[in-house]
Amino acid sequence: MTIPVFYYLILSAVVFLTGLVGVLIRRNIIIILLSVELMLNATNINFVAFSQYFHNVAGQVFVFFALTIAAAEVAVGLAIIIALHRAKSSINVDEFQLLKW
Amino acid sequence: MTSYGADLLVILPELIVVGAACLLLVLEPLTPPSRKELLAWLSLGALALCIGLTGGQISVLNLRVSAFSDLVVVDGYARFWKLLLYGVTGLTILMSLPYLKAERLQLGEYYGFILLALSGMMVMVSGADLLTIYLGTELMSLSLYVMAGLKRSSPRSLEASAKYFVLGAFSSGLLLYGISLLYGVAGGTKLGAVAAAIGSRGFDDPLLLIATILLAAGFGFKLAVVPFHMWTPDVYQGAPTSVTAFMAVASKAASFAAFLRVFVEGLGGLKADWSNLFLLLCLVTLILGNLVAIVQTNIKRMLAYSSIAHAGYALIGLVAAGRGMGESGGASGLASVMLYLALYAFMTLGAFAVIGMFRKGGLEGEDIEDFAGLAKRQPLAAFLMLVFMVSLAGIPPTAGFIGKFYVFMAAVEAGLAWLAVVALIFAAISAYYYMRVVMVMYMREPDPSAGEVPQLVASPALTVVLACAVAGVILFGLFPNPLVSLALQSVLPLK
Amino acid sequence: MGNTEVPVNYLPILLFIGIAIVFGAVSLLAGWLVRPSRPYRAKLNPYESGSPLFSDARVQFPMRYYIIAMLFVIFDIEVIFIIPWAVRFQSLGLLGLVEMLVFIAILLVGLWYAWKKGALEWD
Repeated sequence: MTIPVFYYLILSAVVFLTGLVGVLIRRNIIIILLSVELMLNATNINFVAFSQYFHNVAGQVFVFFALTIAAAEVAVGLAIIIALHRAKSSINVDEFQLLKW
Repeated sequence: MTSYGADLLVILPELIVVGAACLLLVLEPLTPPSRKELLAWLSLGALALCIGLTGGQISVLNLRVSAFSDLVVVDGYARFWKLLLYGVTGLTILMSLPYLKAERLQLGEYYGFILLALSGMMVMVSGADLLTIYLGTELMSLSLYVMAGLKRSSPRSLEASAKYFVLGAFSSGLLLYGISLLYGVAGGTKLGAVAAAIGSRGFDDPLLLIATILLAAGFGFKLAVVPFHMWTPDVYQGAPTSVTAFMAVASKAASFAAFLRVFVEGLGGLKADWSNLFLLLCLVTLILGNLVAIVQTNIKRMLAYSSIAHAGYALIGLVAAGRGMGESGGASGLASVMLYLALYAFMTLGAFAVIGMFRKGGLEGEDIEDFAGLAKRQPLAAFLMLVFMVSLAGIPPTAGFIGKFYVFMAAVEAGLAWLAVVALIFAAISAYYYMRVVMVMYMREPDPSAGEVPQLVASPALTVVLACAVAGVILFGLFPNPLVSLALQSVLPLK
Repeated sequence: MGNTEVPVNYLPILLFIGIAIVFGAVSLLAGWLVRPSRPYRAKLNPYESGSPLFSDARVQFPMRYYIIAMLFVIFDIEVIFIIPWAVRFQSLGLLGLVEMLVFIAILLVGLWYAWKKGALEWD
């Protein structure tokens, strides 16, 4: 027997909220980056679950692109973090003093 | 095979822009630092080609062509925005030439990133599927994150980039989650499929409600609408000024274009719900954007809050479209948003061009106080700034007035006269902070103890940008009809 | 989506998870209640009566690891588009091959740029 799509929705909602809360309360940029990845992966769960439910591959195709975008985002994010670290030797959001957060 | 070729032909402008961007990245390491300007001319050449291609279709403005099984569509709406984006990008590149030289930032990648961002925006405005719209949004945003941090010697620029990145990635997470829920409701990501599913399934699906809210929040970040605006002042202040201008104008225009298409073509069935939601956002945006702009002392920060406020005015048009959809009011509401953003492009680009080349001993003069006595030292520069400020405030006979006029008219037609009155009051308040810049320029003497007085450093490229901007502001202020009829013709078909 | 029946096959797993959580919690709690608590310096060291500590365990990696990681992430994820093409290689034919060549050419542009900018230099 198969697992109803509703269960996947709950799982993805939990993962998504974990990421959301992580972005909002954590102060280290790397952890924030990881939390954003959690949010994106929660959507992938949704896409795959719905794709299975509708028997249509559009959702899986979307996952391919979402994964690629997530990788590009990580690369750009890491690059920005490296540049920031070189300039300030800190990647703590609280220590951004020049501009008000 | 033939149809595949036809599909490629439809997205030829995008292919040219992406191809030029790749070419720039290949050539960049080979170009000696003194010749980097050649890369700028190369990108301008690519843009000219695109203007020719899209502009050549203006006689068949409303011909709707779709390609790649409805992933992208080129219609009048897409052509209107594309032409606007080409113009804005071209002016930004011209503005960047002297700016990058003054900041010693001669990076060839800069132009590559501008072109990549532009191709993302072009995909956004012609995306007919949530997949392409999402890909375009991300391509634009990723390029802009990097561009905001290009001034690597300045920690402020890097911080701006990091903040923009964190909040931008967060917002695209929200957007993507909304899209995934919408896929769950509709069983497809094409805007047509979404619209059909909403039509047949009814509106009271909780998934649909959550998806709508998440999409609104995701786009809200890109549009800098209150309460999703907190990145705007920091990023606008920290980013290099030419990049700020590009973000304030082009990325806002493209985000509005995709936003309107998603909500009108895809979620049009929910207009009663979203028009109330956006009415609320629009009111908060107008209030907060205009009031906080008053207390700013840094002109880039002030323009950031002003750009938030302008997003609020543009939202009025969408609310009016939502209320009046199905009747004539809808079309005029959407056309007023398009017109507003097109006119806003000229005045904002002009203002940022002045600020970017306003130099105080090699540094950017970006405090409002730096403008003191400019009218005596450089009357022409002061007059140009006056024109842009007057236009941003929406005082006739400038383009800013025309934009506000049509937005307010659309609101009145849709039975929202009170909203027009509220917006008018806030336009009057906004005149206070725009006019303060003018007052400082014309009435105040520079502080003699401050040392070096800032000067506007002129250059041929800057002259072209300022001439285009001021011509746009004044000509469209006096003769708005061609642009108005273009916007009305190319508006999205409403159901 | 109204289908919310319980997937019975997965019930043992749920049971297992529950037992694992309860077992862990109970044993930790029992230990905490029963054991005497007399901490002193040597006892709090990570290796009690082992070799002395000489530095913090959390060392920072040099930045170049991150640059390599960045490049790795990009080139790694592109496989996601190459594998489906390879699986359907026969039916996609010449057009698919050309498209994949264009795709790889775009990747090579990035590689060329990274190379020329010195991102691949180790020192």
